[in-house]
Amino acid sequence: MQLISSVSVGGAGAATIDFTSIPGTYTDLVLMLSGRATSTTATITVAFNGSAASFTNIYLQGDGSAVTSTTGTTLVGNASISTNTASTFGNLSILIPNYAGSANKNFSVDVVTENNATTAFEQIFTGVWANTAAITQVTLSLANFAQYSNAYLYGILKGSGGATVS
Amino acid sequence: MALTKIVVNCETGVTEEIELTAEEVAVVEAAQAQSVIDLAAREAAETAKATAKASAQAKLTALGLTEAEVAALLG
Repeated sequence: MQLISSVSVGGAGAATIDFTSIPGTYTDLVLMLSGRATSTTATITVAFNGSAASFTNIYLQGDGSAVTSTTGTTLVGNASISTNTASTFGNLSILIPNYAGSANKNFSVDVVTENNATTAFEQIFTGVWANTAAITQVTLSLANFAQYSNAYLYGILKGSGGATVS
Repeated sequence: MALTKIVVNCETGVTEEIELTAEEVAVVEAAQAQSVIDLAAREAAETAKATAKASAQAKLTALGLTEAEVAALLG
């Protein structure tokens, strides 16, 4: 797994984190996020190639008292929010296998939020973007990413020793 | 404060912080609004399910079932 690019949010915050011009030379992508919202809106949404259309997902969630499962669209998890314990950040990891292939794009997401209280979230998602285009852009949105939120985009190579095998 | 996006070009490694256009703001706000709606719908469904379960438990108890029997039925 190789780091492609990373970003750290500055003091002004940001509504979106946008990885563009992603090379198609890997087999899979992994996006890892350490995120906190500046508001009480926890929801992180995703777009591929600038599109938020044709997403469907299903997710399982535990919130400290109940377990629920439901369907959604572009939601890929919760971040820690402004009322959560200070200086805590949620973790999110998105795996996008075969992102440069010509089939619809499946993805899975693991999420936790951090909060020293009775309510915090653990979530797992499975989703599909019904689009056959190679993914060259991944965008995450939140209202808003707080300072010190970090995102890392990794590429996975299928060969041994990090080499790409054709 | 204007909404901004952080754009990382993975080919060049250049990172830019850019103010969102009105169209981009609309897309972000629509996606966030939809996700909030999704969450609210899920919570409403869970509340309705819990309410229905409590009602069923009360009715079964009124019919003479023990708590253990109700629990065995409803899980």
